[in-house]
Amino acid sequence: MKNTRRVKNKNGIANIYLVLVFLVLYAPIFYLMYYSFNSGGTMHKFEGFTLDYYREVVADTRLMIIVINTLVIALLSSTIATIIAVIGALAIQHVRSRRAKNTLLSLNNVLIVSPDVIIGASFLILFTIVGIKLGFTSVLLSHVAFSIPIAVIMILPHLQEMSPTLTDAARDLGASRRDVLTKVILPIIKPGIFSGFFMALTYSLDDFAVTFFVTGNGYSTLSVEIYSLARQGVSLSINALSTLIFLFTILLVIGYYYLNQRKNRPAVQIAEPVAEAGVPR
Amino acid sequence: MKTKGKSYYLIPYYLWIALFVIAPVLLVVYYSLFDLEGKLTLNNYVNFFTPVYMRMMLNSFWYAFLITLFSLLVAYPAAYLLTRTKHKQLWLLLIILPTWINLLLKTYAFIGIFGSFGPVNNFFDLMGLGEQQILFTGFSFVFVSVYIFIPFMILPIFSALDEMNLSLVDAARDLGASGWTTFRRVVFPLTISGVRSGCMAVFIPALSLFMITRLIAGNRVITLGTAIEQHFLVTQDWGMGSTVAVFLIAIMALFMILTGGSRKGVRG
Repeated sequence: MKNTRRVKNKNGIANIYLVLVFLVLYAPIFYLMYYSFNSGGTMHKFEGFTLDYYREVVADTRLMIIVINTLVIALLSSTIATIIAVIGALAIQHVRSRRAKNTLLSLNNVLIVSPDVIIGASFLILFTIVGIKLGFTSVLLSHVAFSIPIAVIMILPHLQEMSPTLTDAARDLGASRRDVLTKVILPIIKPGIFSGFFMALTYSLDDFAVTFFVTGNGYSTLSVEIYSLARQGVSLSINALSTLIFLFTILLVIGYYYLNQRKNRPAVQIAEPVAEAGVPR
Repeated sequence: MKTKGKSYYLIPYYLWIALFVIAPVLLVVYYSLFDLEGKLTLNNYVNFFTPVYMRMMLNSFWYAFLITLFSLLVAYPAAYLLTRTKHKQLWLLLIILPTWINLLLKTYAFIGIFGSFGPVNNFFDLMGLGEQQILFTGFSFVFVSVYIFIPFMILPIFSALDEMNLSLVDAARDLGASGWTTFRRVVFPLTISGVRSGCMAVFIPALSLFMITRLIAGNRVITLGTAIEQHFLVTQDWGMGSTVAVFLIAIMALFMILTGGSRKGVRG
C-alpha cells in the first residue's frame, strides 16, 4: 500500500457508513423492544419500567391459541413441504433432457418470484372453487405450497454435488432402489434437507400476505393478528409480543447455525439461497 | 432404463406443480373474464385502461422505481464496504438477521418512530422545524419499504463483489485509471449481475406491496398490490382483482424476460 494514510482515512468514512446502515437496520427493532417496558402505554414517552404488557400477552388465551396455531402450521407445513421437496429435487435431478429440466426448474420457481398478493389471491380462488373451507386446512395447504420451491432449491445443489458413481456403486453391490435412497442419497443430502426445512419454517412463520387471503373468520396466525392489531394503532402488547418473537427468532437462528457448524458447512450457505429467493414474505 | 413405470413416487411433486403453480395462474386469467354478476365479459380489461387504473399503475411503477433506486444507492456502498471488512461473513449474517424478524413488526415499529410524537418528530422539534406529518405520506412509504428491502439488495451485490477478481481492480489502477473510472468501467460492470438480481428481488415485490401501504401510507398510496387486495377482500370484485393480477403477472414476466435476456447479451 503506497498510500496508507488515504486508505486509513477512507476506512474511517467506510466504517461510519456501515455503522449507520447497521444502526438504521436495528434501530426499529430495539425501539420496539425498549417501549415494550414502558408503563406509559405509548411508543414515545418512557414513563417507567413495567412488565405489564408481557403479563397481558401471556394471559391472553386468544393470543396464545394464535401463537400455537402459528407454530403448528409452521412445523406441519414445513415438514410436509420438505418431504415433497425431496421428491421434487429427485424429480428434477432425474430428468435427462436439458429443456425439460429447465422447464421444471422454472415451474418450480414461479411461486418464489410471484408477488405474495397474487399467490394469495389465486389460492383464494383455488380453494373456493375446490370447496375447501377457509381456515386451518387452507392456510396449511398454502404454506406447504409456497414452501416447497424454496426447499427444493436448498436441496438441489446437494443432489447435484453428489457423485452419480455412488448410487451406481450401491446398485451394483445389490442395493434395492429403496436402500439407495435411504442409505446413500438421503444421508448425503441431509444438510440440504435441514436447510430446506429451516427456510420453510421461517417462511411459514413470517408469512403474512398469503395467509391474509386464505384465513377465513375465526382462524388467524400471528402475522395476520399483528396486522389487525397494528391497524388499530399502537398497543404495547404488540411490542411485548415482538420482543418475545425476536428472542425466539434469535434462538432459532443460533440453533440453526449450531447445527450447521457441526456439519462443517460454511456460514454462507444460508445467504445465497436467501438472495435467490429474494422475496420477503 | 430403471425409471419407467416406477416413478410414481414423483406424483406428489407433479401434483403440486399442477395444482398450485399452473392451476392458480389459469384460474386468475379465467376469473378476469367475469364481472361482478358472474357474466362473461371483457369489461374488466376495458376498465383497466381507464384513467383510474392507469394512474394507479403509473403510481405503482413510480414508487417501485423509487424504492429500487434508493435501495440500490444505499446497498451498493454497504455491500462494497462489507466485502472489505475483516469478519465479513459475520457482518453479512448481521445484515440478514433483521430479515428473519416479522415484516409486520418492523413496519409497526415505524408507526411509532414516524408518529406525531415519535423520535423523528422530536428531532425536528429540536431543530426548530416543528412537527411534521411523516406518517401517511409517500416519503414514509418509500423509506419503510427501502428499509425492508435493503438486505435483499445487499446480499446479491455482496456475492457478486465477493466473487470479483481483485487483481482486475489493481490492474486498472496500475494502468492509471482513477478511482471513479475503475468503479465505472471495471467494478460495476463485473457486478452487474448482482445488481440485476437485487433489483429484481426488490422491484417485483415493491410493485405489489399492500401491508406497508396500508399501515404506513394510510390510503394515500395505492399500488397494484393494494388494488388486488381491495378487490378480493373488500369489494369482492374478484373479476377486476384478477384482471389487475393478470397485468401484474404480465409485467413480471416481461420484466424477467428483459432482465434475463440482457444477461445473455452481456455474457456474449
